[in-house]
Amino acid sequence: MSKIREAFAGGKAFIPFITCGDPDLETTGRIVREMAANGADLIELGIPFSDPTAEGPVIQGANIRALSGGVTTDRIFAFVEELRKDVSTPMVFMTYANVVYSYGAEKFISTCRRIGIDGIILPDLPFEEKDEFLPVCREYGVDLISLIAPTSADRIAMIAKEADGFIYIVSSLGVTGVRSKITTDISALVKVIRENTDIPCAVGFGISTPEQAAEMSRYADGVIVGSAIVRQIAEYGRDSAGPVGEYVRKMKAALK
Amino acid sequence: MTNQKGRFGIHGGQYIPETLMNAVIELEQAYEHYKNDPDFQRELSDLLANYAGRPSLLYYAEKLTNTLGGAKIYLKREDLNHTGSHKINNVLGQALLAKKMGKTRLIAETGAGQHGVATATAAALLGMECVVFMGEEDTKRQALNVYRMKLLGSKVVPVTSGTATLKDAVSEAMREWTSRIDDTHYCLGSVMGPHPFPTIVRDFQAVISKEAREQILEYEGRLPDAVIACVGGGSNAIGSFYNFINDKDVRLIGCEAAGRGIDTFETAATVNTGRLGIFHGMKSYFCQDEYGQIAPVYSISAGLDYPGIGPEHAHLHDIGRAEYVPVTDDEAVDAFEFLSRTEGIIPAIESAHAVAHAMKIAPEMGKDKIIIVTISGRGDKDCAAIARYRGEDIYE
Repeated sequence: MSKIREAFAGGKAFIPFITCGDPDLETTGRIVREMAANGADLIELGIPFSDPTAEGPVIQGANIRALSGGVTTDRIFAFVEELRKDVSTPMVFMTYANVVYSYGAEKFISTCRRIGIDGIILPDLPFEEKDEFLPVCREYGVDLISLIAPTSADRIAMIAKEADGFIYIVSSLGVTGVRSKITTDISALVKVIRENTDIPCAVGFGISTPEQAAEMSRYADGVIVGSAIVRQIAEYGRDSAGPVGEYVRKMKAALK
Repeated sequence: MTNQKGRFGIHGGQYIPETLMNAVIELEQAYEHYKNDPDFQRELSDLLANYAGRPSLLYYAEKLTNTLGGAKIYLKREDLNHTGSHKINNVLGQALLAKKMGKTRLIAETGAGQHGVATATAAALLGMECVVFMGEEDTKRQALNVYRMKLLGSKVVPVTSGTATLKDAVSEAMREWTSRIDDTHYCLGSVMGPHPFPTIVRDFQAVISKEAREQILEYEGRLPDAVIACVGGGSNAIGSFYNFINDKDVRLIGCEAAGRGIDTFETAATVNTGRLGIFHGMKSYFCQDEYGQIAPVYSISAGLDYPGIGPEHAHLHDIGRAEYVPVTDDEAVDAFEFLSRTEGIIPAIESAHAVAHAMKIAPEMGKDKIIIVTISGRGDKDCAAIARYRGEDIYE
């Protein structure tokens, strides 16, 4: 069983997101350890990109803070290597295609394997372009995560059939960001996914409250939260680890 | 197996969020249908002729030619089109296509404001809603065009993210499109972005070289030795080159904005200083750092101030069919003033980059040689900025 499958083995999974280096890598390290200690099943580590076209203002802000703090892909690799000495929670990178492409796909993905990164999420790499990185990902056993959106319709079966790791269901149209209401019929999406694959699926985009998490977990195997966490980091800065840990504990409890 | 749709050599592709995939597939299907539809083509030809004022003149710039003392210079006068630039060619095509697809709302990015004004114009004419995203920095240096868009009934959204210029306007328009697809067409202004945009925009702009080729054959009885156009994303350049690509003896020269010089960081010369990457939906050349972070580019010209180049240009560069040369701010401003005084034609500062290169090479060419320079737009919008560049403050 891949480490990502393990993340979903113990019931509904809670998947928090954090941008590495926001505001600095030391803080990111403290937050990740708090996330792990408070029940995070899988942790999404963002590698910042100068022009994150799938992000709303909150995560755009995190990308800017991290890059202006001087974080780079190499520093993040070294950081994860250090983190892996005491954190065993499955972890995936979330970044943009150019960050991987420019580093060199083979060099990037083989490094992921070496330092213990279990998968990669690239929001600007749709099914049609996945062969840019998929063969290398499969060679090194790093899952390339597929995304399914409310507009995917007749594409769901095609995407689900070839998906690795878990399926990331984009809950809403638009970019990342907290939403008061999610109007997409997630159960209908999951039904089509289920007809085509048995890998787990997690819902992200817009979820912030324990109530929303509980609602989404009725249909999906996991819940992903980004902006609501990044907002706390924007507020508490280097003192974020405590509040974020507490938040993760509450969200995980809502999934039980 | 890699899907080779929308590729120019290794460049192009569809690197966009899953949320937009069905939208670009729907667009491609609609375009494939309508491009061969006689009614659609008739309507478009009618708009181009009777609304935009095509064909545009191919003007023999005799005084410029004599002053430079070398090759004969013809100017393809896209500045004479309605709205003052080549952008209207593409916009009328896309707006008409969007309307056929049942869309009621157009969104667009703009740098200098020329594409924004053209989109606002088409939206007004066809009775569509229009929202234009423009970097806040550019709304300041192109205030006149902001007012024109509002006058035409469009909403202008100043973009404050990133460097607050053209690339950020593109990012914001893409974000907006992912949030509202059903009634909205993203009227992309250049030969960039995900497939099918580079192909659609090129086809609509190819009218420039279709006319220019016929005109030069009529006036001179032969093809030109060189065609010169400025390149940001590259829509007027690909339009100027396209029907000459198979004429191997015609040199195709794209002029990139070098800003303060290609040996500085204040440049937007993508082919000359960038490297291969994936951004804004396409694989192509981009100005970026060693980790793939997109560079904050600079040019005096808001329309060329973009860190990438269209995938077909990247391919023409790879195969050596077209040359891409850097032109600095200083050279462009000199050309802006020189053409104004010599021919009584005030070119857009973007087009002035192409004029500047013609000024360099024409004197070295024989008097029996012929150059076509595309004047992609008119320069009224740039007067205040050029005055400032020369240390003079004027009130618009």
